[in-house]
Amino acid sequence: MSEDLRKIIVDGREIEVPAHYTLLQAAEAAGREIPRFCYHERLSVAGNCRMCLVELVGAPKPVASCAWGVRDCRPGPEGQPPEMKTLSPMVKKAREGVMEFLLINHPLDCPICDQGGECDLQDQSLAYGRAGSRFAENKRAVEDKYMGPLIKTIMTRCIQCTRCVRFATEVAGVPELGATGRGEDMEITTYLQAAMTSELSGNVIDLCPVGALTSKPYAFNARPWELKKTETIDVMDALGSNIRVDSRGGAVLRILPRVNEEINEEWISDKTRFVWDGLQRQRLDRPYARRNGRLEPVSWAEALSIAAEKLSGAPERIAAIAGDLCAVEDLKAAKDLFDVLGVSSIDCRQDGAAIGGGAREGYLFNTTIYGVEDADAILLIGTNPRLEAPVLNARIRKTWLGGGAAIGVIGEAADLTYPYEHLGAGPESLEELIGKRTGFIQKLKKAQRPMIVLGMGALARRDGAAVLRLAGELASAVGAVKDGWNGFNVLHAAAGRAGGLDVGFLPGKGGKDTAGILSAAKGGKLDTLVLLGADEIGMDALGETFVIYVGTHGDAGAHRADLILPGAAYTEKSALYVNTEGRVQMTSRAVFPKGEAKEDWAIFRALSERMGRTLPYDNLDQLRRKLFDDCPVLAGLDHAPGAETAKDFDPAKLGKAGKLTAAPFESPVTDFFLTNQVARASKTMAECSALASGVTRRAAE
Amino acid sequence: MSVRRLHAEQPESFAFSKDSEKLVKFWLGKYPKGREASAVIPLLWIAQKQEGWVSEPAIRHVADRLGMPHIRVLEVATFYTQFNLAPAGEHLIQVCGTTPCWLRGAGELKKVCESRIGPKGQVSADGKFSWVEVECLGACANAPMVQISNRHGDDYYEDLTAESLNAILDVLARGETPAPGPQSDRKTSEPAGEAVTLTDKSLYDGSRAKPVKLPHAASPAAEAAPVKKARPSAKKAPAKKGGGE
Repeated sequence: MSEDLRKIIVDGREIEVPAHYTLLQAAEAAGREIPRFCYHERLSVAGNCRMCLVELVGAPKPVASCAWGVRDCRPGPEGQPPEMKTLSPMVKKAREGVMEFLLINHPLDCPICDQGGECDLQDQSLAYGRAGSRFAENKRAVEDKYMGPLIKTIMTRCIQCTRCVRFATEVAGVPELGATGRGEDMEITTYLQAAMTSELSGNVIDLCPVGALTSKPYAFNARPWELKKTETIDVMDALGSNIRVDSRGGAVLRILPRVNEEINEEWISDKTRFVWDGLQRQRLDRPYARRNGRLEPVSWAEALSIAAEKLSGAPERIAAIAGDLCAVEDLKAAKDLFDVLGVSSIDCRQDGAAIGGGAREGYLFNTTIYGVEDADAILLIGTNPRLEAPVLNARIRKTWLGGGAAIGVIGEAADLTYPYEHLGAGPESLEELIGKRTGFIQKLKKAQRPMIVLGMGALARRDGAAVLRLAGELASAVGAVKDGWNGFNVLHAAAGRAGGLDVGFLPGKGGKDTAGILSAAKGGKLDTLVLLGADEIGMDALGETFVIYVGTHGDAGAHRADLILPGAAYTEKSALYVNTEGRVQMTSRAVFPKGEAKEDWAIFRALSERMGRTLPYDNLDQLRRKLFDDCPVLAGLDHAPGAETAKDFDPAKLGKAGKLTAAPFESPVTDFFLTNQVARASKTMAECSALASGVTRRAAE
Repeated sequence: MSVRRLHAEQPESFAFSKDSEKLVKFWLGKYPKGREASAVIPLLWIAQKQEGWVSEPAIRHVADRLGMPHIRVLEVATFYTQFNLAPAGEHLIQVCGTTPCWLRGAGELKKVCESRIGPKGQVSADGKFSWVEVECLGACANAPMVQISNRHGDDYYEDLTAESLNAILDVLARGETPAPGPQSDRKTSEPAGEAVTLTDKSLYDGSRAKPVKLPHAASPAAEAAPVKKARPSAKKAPAKKGGGE
């Protein structure tokens, strides 16, 4: 942006702002609050609500500050800088007038409206509106529209600000919402009242300044002032979106986004937002042991003694697989215990991804999510970011919208909400691409800041290591990694993966990886298998192995388990999670674990004591201190290393050269709404999934 | 009903006829690549002229043709009341009911329509007619009047009486086209009966025109042709009033 600064006087105070600023931004720079409904920082300017009117000295009428640029202001007659007043009588009258007009057709729904207590209309009418109403005529009413199982619509309350329409079109990339009719009869709707198909559709609930679009699962549940708000981190995907968990008593009632410019801006996916009802269902709240084929509740003492016995055998006949939602502390405590027992067959990659074990850059999203906006060429290999990380997909879309990036895809030709060149379906296309001279490879080579993104669809396969090597060679060939820019990226689909790789929850010397563990179990060579929330492995093929399941939900793992040790979910513990960028973030406890469930690290600590091999920490702080001693990189909170180590990173050395399988790349996400045990326990997610697959089925016919 | 809704019953599909397709191509040709959406109103209008109304399949077809999301075309179709969202007869009679027409007998016309065609908005049994009441069509000097829209156009039929409207409907029912304009014996909006003003013939035969001296005329030829209007040349300064205009 040019450094063209202009002087402007705001309420008597002269300030200097960039010329491209609007009056509204100038007022904010001067510390003046301007009420608004249709303006939103991350959306295009509409200028239709008229609530942001300010007095511009010299203008015959108040002007919409959201749409009037500072550079368009005329200087005074003697050359003085333009002057804007935000608190003059004209402005006050304008605001009262606009508010009065908005309230004309607005129904008197506050007592029954979910937005009450956090409603922009309520707040602004109190601050800027008239004391009473003069309206004695009839108000118009609008029929409610159907927008899907997540968004409750009471369109009579709509003030036609069009924030939702602009969000769906610009940010989510699905132009499904529109404003039909005109004047008093203007109605916001989808085409033929179809459900919204975007994974980001829930964000319109936050955007809507009134109670027209509200959360359907949360409808009539609570008022905002009775909720305890906890700032924490989401684990539904590997982005680590910042969220705010609203709870009342022991129940999580809703999840809202927090602003984090570097990760999720202001958005969260529908899965992140609506999975909270799954936290209350199918919960493991007490230890269970299988007796005579049936799982029976047992006490902790008994459960721990069974576990101690089963883990006291030959260490080469014991293994552990960690799932997708494990926190760093849990994995650390488990690893410490297994190390002390001599168990080396441990693996945090339950999908069998050929990643990890080397330098951090080899398995992280090195460009950082914020850095995506600087990329000018993006190659997606074996990943569908729209399903695996919807908020990252919105960031890629934002980059494309800004006119920057050329995007190519090797893998599924899915609808990503932005156009791309489909270069092929499988690894042979990646090989071809490296050998080519023209086409997309040219764009990558010419680009100043090219990005390669490898997903689990490319790595969680037999030829994963070979694909990783190929991708690394490509990254090297196109100059994706250089001083100041690291364009080699791995997009994880699991929140706990990067943390597991950082902590080293990987097979030790002579240890088996996930595939080895599973085949050993099937072949009768494994006595005990510890599953840390790992539900995505094939539970039928574990032979006679004694399965200890440490987790939160009664999913596939618990069904197969012979011993269940109940753990804490992500909203129930303070824990560190490393996102796909390598950024360490800390959750906070919003509610306590259910029933007799304990935090997972505490389970392993107690187990270690039971076995006489007590781990060297008694509380979370001590565990963290040991963790930071052993893995210093985890001590830096909220920092994504990005291109810091790019100079010394050679992606062409990653993986292992080998034979490629002809099978096309497939995203690990087959159903966006049911990717982990919490989501599978949620009724809301089940409804969304049924709707989404129903649509697909109909289209196929 | 001011709320614009799609009709409850919709046809299965829509396609432009061969003749319509020619018009479609003409209109698409007016806009550059990437700006096809500019043709949304013309295409919807062509669809309406072909079928009599804009159906939901037509909206989808136009949207797909122009590469627009369906909701965008629905927004346009519901915004403009010129687009009929419900089936209309082959001939849509739009009766003006605003004050001047009303005073001059629009009520009679409405009665004719009701008895002959049926209630407002409903298509007659033979599918030939439907009627609506509309706001002022700007032909107040020839009140009362109707506008009849069909595949050929949208003509005004003015100076109507119940009989003349019935006669028009008869002609349309036969499949012929009645002559548009005033249905009484006057031409356009000239006074009815004998003219009593502006009767001097010399006003119209050019004799009244005085020779005009054009301020910038170079040749005598320009001066000798006083009746010819001087064309404002691009070079002449527009500030000075041009001669004779």
